[in-house]
Amino acid sequence: MDYAAAGIRANAVCPGMVYTPMTSWRLDQPELRAEVEERIPAGRVAAPDEIADAVALLASGQSSTITGTLAIGVVAVHRGEPINALWLVVAATCCYALGYRFYSSFIAAKILVVDGLRATPAERLDNGRDFVPTNKWVVFGHHFAAIAGPGPLVGPVLAAQFGYLPGTLWILAGAVFGGCVQDFVILLFSVRRDGKSLTEMAREEGGKLGGIVAYAAIISIIVILLAVCALVVVNALKNSPWGTFTIAMTIPIALLMGMYLRRIRPGKVLEVSALGFVLVLLAILGGQWVSQHASLGKWFTLGAPALAIFIIIYGFTASAVPVWLLLAPRDYLSTFVKLGTIAMLALGIIGLRPTLHMPPLTRFIDGSGPVFAGKVFPFAFITIACGAVSGFHSLISSGTTPKLIRRETEARMVGYGAMMAESMVAIMAMIAACVLQPGTYFAINSPSGIVGAAPEAAATTISNWGFPITAGEMHSLAQAVGEQTLYNRTGGAPAFAVGMAHIFANSLGGQAVMALWYHFAIMFEALFILTVLDAGTRVGRFMIQDALGHVWKPIGRTSWYPSVLATSALIVAAWGYFLWQGVKDPLGGINSLWPLFGIANQLLATVALCVATTIIIKMHKARYASVTLLPLVWLVSVTFTASLHKMFDANPRIGFLSHARQLAATGGNARLIFNDRLDAFVTGILIVMVAMILLESMLEWIRILSGRKEAKVKESPFVPTRFATEEQG
Amino acid sequence: MKRMRTIAAVFMAILQEIFDEAAYQRFLDRRKLARSRETYAAFRREYEILTAPRPRCC
Repeated sequence: MDYAAAGIRANAVCPGMVYTPMTSWRLDQPELRAEVEERIPAGRVAAPDEIADAVALLASGQSSTITGTLAIGVVAVHRGEPINALWLVVAATCCYALGYRFYSSFIAAKILVVDGLRATPAERLDNGRDFVPTNKWVVFGHHFAAIAGPGPLVGPVLAAQFGYLPGTLWILAGAVFGGCVQDFVILLFSVRRDGKSLTEMAREEGGKLGGIVAYAAIISIIVILLAVCALVVVNALKNSPWGTFTIAMTIPIALLMGMYLRRIRPGKVLEVSALGFVLVLLAILGGQWVSQHASLGKWFTLGAPALAIFIIIYGFTASAVPVWLLLAPRDYLSTFVKLGTIAMLALGIIGLRPTLHMPPLTRFIDGSGPVFAGKVFPFAFITIACGAVSGFHSLISSGTTPKLIRRETEARMVGYGAMMAESMVAIMAMIAACVLQPGTYFAINSPSGIVGAAPEAAATTISNWGFPITAGEMHSLAQAVGEQTLYNRTGGAPAFAVGMAHIFANSLGGQAVMALWYHFAIMFEALFILTVLDAGTRVGRFMIQDALGHVWKPIGRTSWYPSVLATSALIVAAWGYFLWQGVKDPLGGINSLWPLFGIANQLLATVALCVATTIIIKMHKARYASVTLLPLVWLVSVTFTASLHKMFDANPRIGFLSHARQLAATGGNARLIFNDRLDAFVTGILIVMVAMILLESMLEWIRILSGRKEAKVKESPFVPTRFATEEQG
Repeated sequence: MKRMRTIAAVFMAILQEIFDEAAYQRFLDRRKLARSRETYAAFRREYEILTAPRPRCC
């Protein structure tokens, strides 16, 4: 509408099923065509000319006063039509393109007043170390690699229990109006403050409380994130000698890489990462042999408790040994595999164009879902955090990235653009989950406490939900992917791996290599997750050392070994406790822990959006504050509602306290009762923190808007950039 | 062809930044040192102090 006065009009046509080369594969088959046309109110598919007429009208002078029109040329609006995954990709791409072209440029121009003539800290403070003016594409790639974690892969897979529609809509709307905005504004505000961190900005612009809450939120997220990540790995590897062997082998491979980098070819990280990747592929092949070996197979067939203990020991060791030896090479290897696999998945989806078998909505939007309990609102919105809005990104946007940005104008592409790419990863994860037959999806993701431990019982329960599956089909699938069973593998990773293996195998190699692709996908996820786990444990250790250092100085010394061991043990004990709780939970653990993680992550997003809104108001841009205020209001309502449900809901599958009461009434295990109460307490603490930061921010906004406090932002002074004149010259 | 070469160069630059090779090169340039085991060890020591407290994304 803003551009109408200049004669620029924006109209859209959204066609339904049209006979084109893309749809002809189906429409040329009389049976499939009849099936499609039966569902179309008009009783026939459209011809391209019919859509072209609408486009010609909107593009012609005859519609010179028409703007903002959405011409829905939908002929196929009836539910039940099989959807090709490519539609989701195309829809997502269009949403991102519109969001980037119009919304982000509106934010950049009207609110942030991005100034291409202002020198960034990378230029002013250039020291060749952390402040380095860097090419925008390089910063984009670096930022994307830093924000892409396991969250956007796991969250959408879990939320697929509601059908593909709620999660997909949230990923798109959440990213365009929330996540991308948050990442962009926090990045630019940090650029204007010499690359200050979120906690520093919260303290300076809001008050001490904001800084403390941000700090507490980060610690909470780290502890819960690490527990839930470890649980996902445990559930993916339990009773899987192939997967366990492959992942176990990544440790000596990483050690070898560390030694190679240190002793043989110093600094040749890309080279050693490629070498590590080849070794990992060999480990996957070796895993098949090990799983079939009479005695070796038994060694690597571990139950969930044994795996949990190994992972706890690994986390502690990785936190305490030198970084160059284990953590850094694992990180490089994981990044190498991550970027390659995401690119392969994108190509696989585009090449294969798989059909989504999951319906748009399932019966579980009513809250009775087996994967996790709770209605679509609010639980879909805390289950998918990282692909839509992730508070954690604000830490990256106010960490390394602002110190690399060469021109302020490049912050839009890096902040807004990289989050769009992350959101696309979440869409691909949703596709990978939804290409599975729903019965298969629920058989993999449902805990035994819901569907029963016996294969026949589980298959009957799931079939009775309206998603037919037989024990025989599940057995065949397990055999095809080289596993003993795929039942009760909660956590999302195995379902994602099966979906990914399906896409890869159908693109390259066929069903014969399904097992290899499945274990490649499991390796990719587990490697990725364990890297977050070891790096996160180390970061948590540093944060605890930093905090306790104020109480007793020697604890704060990161090189003092007793302090290193004690604080490593403390952080590992914290996430290890929640992991153990998840392993022992008859409902699978994910039901309790993933919502906690989502709430903690959205709490950090609340802090970031409060800080952003405060700064926008201080910039005298209060009339545009809705840009950050609306996602903030949405996140607060989601977080509050989800937290209250998790604490007080009368349904024992949802409410921690009602579950504790149920266990107490039936003489249940005292430890399980304590765990429920602990989870309720942690949720309560998180919600109190949300309320505190919100209250403090609102008081600050009122003080500024009423004129009781001077609206003064704490930006670095303007210095003209030399890059602008260099470019002109 | 020139465009392809530019794209390839940018792609390599992205990978070198992600995998810290660019950071190592800057370290060498800043201190006017040559590649060696010792300088890489010194780079890792400096770099770890800088990056160790940085949270990893989920």
